[in-house]
Amino acid sequence: MPQRLEPATAEELSAAVADSDGPLELLGQGSKRDFGRPVQAARILDLSRLAGVSLYEPEELVLSAGAGTPVAEIERLLAANGQMLAFEPPDLGPIFGEQAARGTLGGMIACNLAGPRRIKAGALRDHLLGATAVNGRGEIFKTGGRVMKNVTGYDLCKLLAGSFGSLAAIASATLKLQPAPEAVRTLMIRGLTDSAAMLLMSRALGSAEDVSGAVHLPEAAARLLPHADVGSAVTLLRLEGTPRSVAQRLSMLAKELEASSEALGEIESTVLWRSVRNLLPFRGDHAAAIWRLSVPPTTGADVLRACGPVERYFYDWGGGLIWVATAAEGDAGAGRLRTALAASGGHATLVRAPIAIRAAVEVFQPQEPALAALTRRVKESFDPMGRFNPGRMYPGV
Amino acid sequence: MRMPEPDQAAIARRAEIALALRRILPAESVIDDGDARRAYESDGLTAYRQAPLVVALPSTTAEVASVLRYCHQNRLKVVPRGAGTSLSGGALPLADGVLLGMAKFNRVLDVDIANRAVVVQPGVTNLAISQTVAPAGFYYAPDPSSQIACTIGGNVAENSGGVHCLKYGMTGNNLLGLEIVLMTGEVLRLGGRHLDAGGFDLLGVVTGSEGLLGVVTEVTVRILRKPTTQRALLLGFASCEDAGTCVAKVIAAGIIPAGMEMMDRPAILAAEDFVHAGYPRDAEALLIVELDGPAVEVDELIQRVEQIAKACGSASVRASRDEAERQRFWAGRKAAFPAVGRISPDYYCMDGTIPRRRLPEVLAKMQEMSRACGLRVANVFHAGDGNLHPLILYDANKPGELETAEAFGADILKLCVAVGGVLTGEHGVGVEKRDLMGEMFSETDLAQQERLKCAFDAEGLLNPGKMFPVLHRCAELGRMHVSAGKLPHPELPRF
Repeated sequence: MPQRLEPATAEELSAAVADSDGPLELLGQGSKRDFGRPVQAARILDLSRLAGVSLYEPEELVLSAGAGTPVAEIERLLAANGQMLAFEPPDLGPIFGEQAARGTLGGMIACNLAGPRRIKAGALRDHLLGATAVNGRGEIFKTGGRVMKNVTGYDLCKLLAGSFGSLAAIASATLKLQPAPEAVRTLMIRGLTDSAAMLLMSRALGSAEDVSGAVHLPEAAARLLPHADVGSAVTLLRLEGTPRSVAQRLSMLAKELEASSEALGEIESTVLWRSVRNLLPFRGDHAAAIWRLSVPPTTGADVLRACGPVERYFYDWGGGLIWVATAAEGDAGAGRLRTALAASGGHATLVRAPIAIRAAVEVFQPQEPALAALTRRVKESFDPMGRFNPGRMYPGV
Repeated sequence: MRMPEPDQAAIARRAEIALALRRILPAESVIDDGDARRAYESDGLTAYRQAPLVVALPSTTAEVASVLRYCHQNRLKVVPRGAGTSLSGGALPLADGVLLGMAKFNRVLDVDIANRAVVVQPGVTNLAISQTVAPAGFYYAPDPSSQIACTIGGNVAENSGGVHCLKYGMTGNNLLGLEIVLMTGEVLRLGGRHLDAGGFDLLGVVTGSEGLLGVVTEVTVRILRKPTTQRALLLGFASCEDAGTCVAKVIAAGIIPAGMEMMDRPAILAAEDFVHAGYPRDAEALLIVELDGPAVEVDELIQRVEQIAKACGSASVRASRDEAERQRFWAGRKAAFPAVGRISPDYYCMDGTIPRRRLPEVLAKMQEMSRACGLRVANVFHAGDGNLHPLILYDANKPGELETAEAFGADILKLCVAVGGVLTGEHGVGVEKRDLMGEMFSETDLAQQERLKCAFDAEGLLNPGKMFPVLHRCAELGRMHVSAGKLPHPELPRF
């Protein structure tokens, strides 16, 4: 068993890092531990004791908490006050075979999570106002603040978000919050081809009706939603706001799109969007490799077609995010998927695969030499001795 | 304001440098004539002036790369400049530095309505992007008050805001892709028309880096469909406390207005005397609350905000009935700076952000300071996001008043930090707030930022003298001596 360091304060975290003489694997509850390239570390830096909400001011839309604070605890607290994390972080644990509703604030930041509302509200990186972290030298540093608008110094929060724990160990962070919508409804269109769905979603997202979610599931994926009587591909468009506004926009959007559609109610909508957000269509299958492709939205269907045969897929972000399951053998499709998106631009990330594949395949999109070199220099600027999650994103980073 | 000691050897080489740059750029794109150089001597922070060594005006990415490569090889400093509207001296030239003017990058490269993206060169103005996509019913959301003049490249450098940030975010929240050139001349493309650039969020950290990390040569922005309805409320209050309470209650009620602006009594009177917008002259504080979106929602929320305002003791509540009235409500706020300019020979605009609930206490303290130093202050305030713009009134012709105004300004910013806020909400650090960085950041915090700078620009040649109070050489920033992965003296505690 690797030795486990369990600091409970930023100072203890600093000491733990400064005193360690080798690589550390950063860990919260481990719900997404298998996301990324395998990390060889003699010690685990367990951040889960750095837990607890230290500041919550609903009327200022701000919350600060320790990195080890469970996301579920934060979301419960916000829900009780009619607020939410607008970027809708997905619960990825279950696709890694972990229990549902686990995961910490630190892990959510490390993966820069974002769900269907990404297209309207942004990703986690757009809501991270400030952080206190420990760099690879064991020094405590802070960046950002607790106010909504701040351009003082470099925004290191942006680098911490999505760095998979390879730059710094976050002790605590401050998030911007949003009020939860009073009402949510969904417009469902059945039977569209992928290409037709891309066009329809583009029109919906370009309409004045303020669509906050646009997904398309081909029949094989739609079948796995809780609303299981569909028997065809479905395209779902979400509207949120005050009840009157949502009802009116729903009918206006239906008219504008000139497609035969049906309106889903509040409860059905809530369940459906939670299912999409948490990748329910991918949950049953524990063997396949899972990819996440980020592409220009209207190119989604073309990219998917160019990928060749895949086991399962669906589109989020109006076509701009494609979740793809491939056979977990060989390179798990890395070559053909990345070739498929090369023309339109974007990136493919191998979210889940057996460890041997993750060790052999580039899990994150390969970088041009100049960008790869800058990435290494940025890593060194935070973690010169390569202590934090070495190799998790790229070899030598 | 002390700038890094100019390198006399570089100044002596002016003619040779100009000649070399003319081998890279067309002759007319290099300016070394004394008078012509002085046209670039300051930006929007006019208190500081310095003519640059030479001005280079490239028009392609390849030219930018060549100029930077030449400067890098010759250890010459470079200051990038967009439209020169920075209020923090971000584009203040250096006597021994090449000023890299990006004005020739003025083309819109692609309008992609289907993907809600526009690709532009950095010298395109902020407003021009919205105008380009207006016929299709779209706009670019961040709208700094200088949007008619400021360029998108400068907006990226400063992470510019505007009055609509609370709902729509700042520049950084509305970018999809960048092309940047490093000081070495290397060209990098970050992001594109897809979301989340991939890898470390270099796009995110370059945004707001004040021209210290790279030169932006192409920008892909996200555009939004124009809201069908915009309505505003004009609310007068008997005290700033009541107005502040109203702002908090609106947000607590789950309403995120498109804009929420506050003015204090001196600002109200100055604006009203200037543009006669119909502001209540007896109010101590004025709020403009703007709601946008579908008509049904806007009308509903206008009513709710009216009720909240009345419950908070607002003595005058008016909702705009048409576009002309909405524009009238805004006229005074938008003219606040020139209005203050009418009642004082000079004014100095500050830009701190505070947690909103600390507003009454900060305003009261500011009045105390104002009395103590004998300079008046008027306040306009992006109330929704806590971004204060105190305007300090002074007369530069009176000996010592500029210095008093600057000292007062610094005290205001220190106060912002002391109550949990920050030095700058949208104008940037530049040279203006550089020496105050220590109020907000420890040596360790700053060293971490400077090390990031070293990762992008190891020789510190790009826009030196801005943002950091002390210039460290990258080597001295303690690349701690590492041997076999071990720190020296592992027995010592390191905190």
